[in-house]
Amino acid sequence: MGGIKTILKKELADHFASYRFTIIFALIAMVSLITAYMVGWKIKTEMEGMASQSAFLLLFTLPGAMGLFSLVQFVAFFGPLVGLVLGFDTINRERNEGTLSKLLSQPIYRDVVINGKFLAGVVLITVMMVSIVLVITALGLIVMGIIPGIEEVWRIIVYLIISIIYISLWLGVSILFSILFRSTATSALAALAVWIFFSIIFPYSVSILANNIFETVEDNPEAIAQRAKIVKVFILLSPQELYTDATATIIDPTRKSARSIITSGAGPMESLSMARFSGPLPFIQSILIVVPYIISLIALTVVCFAISYVVFMRQEIRSL
Amino acid sequence: MSSEAVIETQELTKIYNGRAAVENLSFSVYAGEIFGFLGPNGAGKTTTLLMLLGLTEPTNGSARVLGMNPAREPIKVKAVIGYLQENMGFYSDLNARQMLRFIAELNDIKGESAKERISAALQTVELAEEQDKKIEAYSRGMRQRLGIAELLIKDSKVAFLDEPTLGLDPDGTNRMIELIQSLCRDKKMTILLSSHMLHQVQKICHRIGIMIKGRMVAQGHMDQLAEEKFGVGKEQYTLEEIYMKYFQEA
Repeated sequence: MGGIKTILKKELADHFASYRFTIIFALIAMVSLITAYMVGWKIKTEMEGMASQSAFLLLFTLPGAMGLFSLVQFVAFFGPLVGLVLGFDTINRERNEGTLSKLLSQPIYRDVVINGKFLAGVVLITVMMVSIVLVITALGLIVMGIIPGIEEVWRIIVYLIISIIYISLWLGVSILFSILFRSTATSALAALAVWIFFSIIFPYSVSILANNIFETVEDNPEAIAQRAKIVKVFILLSPQELYTDATATIIDPTRKSARSIITSGAGPMESLSMARFSGPLPFIQSILIVVPYIISLIALTVVCFAISYVVFMRQEIRSL
Repeated sequence: MSSEAVIETQELTKIYNGRAAVENLSFSVYAGEIFGFLGPNGAGKTTTLLMLLGLTEPTNGSARVLGMNPAREPIKVKAVIGYLQENMGFYSDLNARQMLRFIAELNDIKGESAKERISAALQTVELAEEQDKKIEAYSRGMRQRLGIAELLIKDSKVAFLDEPTLGLDPDGTNRMIELIQSLCRDKKMTILLSSHMLHQVQKICHRIGIMIKGRMVAQGHMDQLAEEKFGVGKEQYTLEEIYMKYFQEA
């Protein structure tokens, strides 16, 4: 399609030259490196002499010292911020500077503009995630001296793909806000509000709600399981939970379900939780568990982009 | 002057939120002429231009640009129209050459021919020496000339100039006027010029249309308009007087 390459090229050049990208990239790279280094040492010292099949992936799932995030949690929490920062002023800045009508008065279709910009963001996210994971892997190799097996490499690749989709979803959200709001400050705030809602307020309010609806019967495992199920359904409305669940069994082969269930129950629950430790899940099995989550994540991203697309295509271009 | 209509509208109407911004507008612009498009702010001039560009769909009526319908074939229409907008939008962190290259690429002009065109256009608008400066350092006049360079890159057949001399100093205004005249003379562009600078419009425009509250209240040569309102030829009256007469009556 004519023009999309031109827009993509320009957007990428703009991003790479911008302070915004440099700052956020530096920040994330710094945190990842420090965490990876700390976790790497921890694994090395604690697992001295032990032969573990999936020790390498612990690099991503173990929290760093001082109760910091693990790398996976870090991406789950701050990944959205990357998407938001990259997209919150995509359309409204061009509108305010008058370049949008200049762009649209050139012989290109209107969707080329939004497609090109979205694509540029996705490319950027990909570059960012791939390079960070590569650096972490390299650091892990050096610090721990463990070489990841083929299966672990595959797991990391799938994890990367899911992460890119997840961050792209937030890019889509922020692009949508940049279309809806004229002011870049408003769209940034709106995007931040959605992020805070889903990462902090939403999980708490769901569990509070569940607690109020179901009287917790401590000695009734069925009731506990029932309650857990309901909470799960609601909590999956949040992209963050979707992402955490989608990556859980991928990056941690010892997990057998996407969401760990309360282990304080009676007999059957106990045996279930004990099964966790009996051995890692094969790669294919892990994939099968998370496929629904991945599909939901992709669906959310597509829906979000589709809304932006429709709104943008129908918007009147008036002067100013 | 040839009588081939380059721009033609019939009963063109645009309604925004129940209010008609443009109402039953019918006018023609012929090949090779400079058409002065006058009217107070908010009269619907820019809306009309947007409809002719295919950026906004008319509520009613139709428009033709070089025989094409902008609502149906916006891409083809936008390929031949150069639009110099009122609030000149430039990517201020690019320099002139980069900006023009970007425009060239969007118009599918690439490689050597793009390079040549860019150099030639920068020469024509007298920006060749400043081409490596970022656009944010440009004066208003320079930006306007850069806008004209964009039209030259595209080799537009038709140019829409929305307030090209607004806010320019006298020297900048004169250079702009000369540039516009040379577009018409040397490049054979048909120009639709919207402006409040009646004195200049009078100087360079072949024909004039006056738009008030979404309606075209008059169009034709200066002397025709003068005769219509005052019963005498244009020598007796300036465009300003004619315009004010129409404005007061509307």
